[in-house]
Amino acid sequence: MSTASGIHRARFDHVSLEFATPKGQLRVVEDVSYDINDGDFIAVIGPSGCGKTTMMSMLAGFQKPTSGKVMFDGHPVAGPGPERGVIFQEYGVFPWLTVKDNIAFGLKLQANHVPVAERDQICEHYLALMGLSDFTNSYPKHLSGGMRQRLAIARAYAVKPQFLLMDEPFGALDAQTRANMQNLLLNVLATEGKTVMLITHSVEEAIYLASRIVVVTARPARIKQIIDVPFTYPRDESLQERPEFGELRSHIRELVMSEYRAQQAQLRPASFSE
Amino acid sequence: MDGSVARRFLLGLAPWVGAVALWYGVRWSGFVNASLIPAPHQVAAKFVELLLQEGLLFDVFASTRRVFLGVMLGILVAVPVGFLLGWYRPARTFADPMINFFRALPPIALIPLVIVYFGVDEVAKLVILFYASFFAGVIVMYEGVSQITPLYIRVAQTLGAGEFEIFRKVIIPLTVPHILTALRVALGVAWATLVASELIAAQRGLGAMIQNASTYFLLDVIYVGIICIGCIALIMDMILRRISSRLLVWQERAVT
Repeated sequence: MSTASGIHRARFDHVSLEFATPKGQLRVVEDVSYDINDGDFIAVIGPSGCGKTTMMSMLAGFQKPTSGKVMFDGHPVAGPGPERGVIFQEYGVFPWLTVKDNIAFGLKLQANHVPVAERDQICEHYLALMGLSDFTNSYPKHLSGGMRQRLAIARAYAVKPQFLLMDEPFGALDAQTRANMQNLLLNVLATEGKTVMLITHSVEEAIYLASRIVVVTARPARIKQIIDVPFTYPRDESLQERPEFGELRSHIRELVMSEYRAQQAQLRPASFSE
Repeated sequence: MDGSVARRFLLGLAPWVGAVALWYGVRWSGFVNASLIPAPHQVAAKFVELLLQEGLLFDVFASTRRVFLGVMLGILVAVPVGFLLGWYRPARTFADPMINFFRALPPIALIPLVIVYFGVDEVAKLVILFYASFFAGVIVMYEGVSQITPLYIRVAQTLGAGEFEIFRKVIIPLTVPHILTALRVALGVAWATLVASELIAAQRGLGAMIQNASTYFLLDVIYVGIICIGCIALIMDMILRRISSRLLVWQERAVT
């Protein structure tokens, strides 16, 4: 897993993005460049509201950069596509479909060419993997937050995207479920070998899961530092007890905190600082 | 389970019993001239008489058919129009003031014009009911559709859905609840407009019956007509709610 093959799948090439707001141009992302190679697990970390999600959103194809290029498999990203699976912060499970039909949604789409005979099998597999078998025919309104998130993950995994974009996927979960989901993700990656871009605000999560961590600045998001995580896969929770883990955590936490302070300073009314 | 069904039935029945009791109370209290308030049992007797001898069922049928057709036609047009207005912001900016202008006009004020342009036949009554249902439905539709979150569409896109698949598998299911609400609102408005539409020289219909009765000061007939309208509207609404809860089992509700 950590043996990134060196073939880049995604590339941010001097990417900037601005919004027009009533108060003028708002620069959200500024001159960001980095590559995501095949097999990489990239975690993007930074203060909340800094533009991390915007970065992912450009690679997913929902937003276009104002300048620079976002490339995927050698082509500029033109829009969303099934080869880039997205797990949204807000889950986005379809409330009008049962648990099973949610997972089957992608499998029934023409673009994915999944033979009818295989659909059931794939559904069963992910239902079992995510511990949702008892809720096969339930509607999402009967699921807890953690179960909805697992359903969203199962639905994204089911179409077997080689590239996963995850926007704070475990942010709303309790500590126990969160740890379970992280381990499950590591297991799935070990067996299915995917490339991942994970947006998170948890330093521990970033170190535990990622092979490389991109620390970004307070808005506008620039790259503050890119850190290679020195631990090999497979990983388990004992990793978090190791002193190297603690050192890396202190280092990254300090980077993130300094950005957080910078952000707080920005938020102060301008009239006082002038 | 049986206990709770019985309790809900009693709970639903209680206000009706109360209303009838109040009705008797007002009549017997002496505050109002008794000849101006027929007693409930007199109205019930009149109902049976009208049913057996005057063909009340024809009136019920004529009115129900008008309301049903008017609402169906109104909603049939309101759904696509409301959808377009809700979905495309420029369309809304374009049509919003116009729709609110026409919506504010009470259908009864249009009756003279409807008579001029559509005559006094069945078509004229349908035009009035269509007008009322369309504007009630179109507002509900476009308010509802404009609140559909783009999240589900994005999710579908990232799973590989094409334009048509998104429309059929995401947008339609999200629109169904609004169509049903539009139907319910339009039904209510259409019944409210019925009497006005039957002012146009109707031979049969509950509204016509009430009109004719008022000419001869037949208060009990007026009461029968009003109660019939209320009951039919109530039954239609109950049927529609039954259909809604069947179609929308997936919806989260604060009270189940």
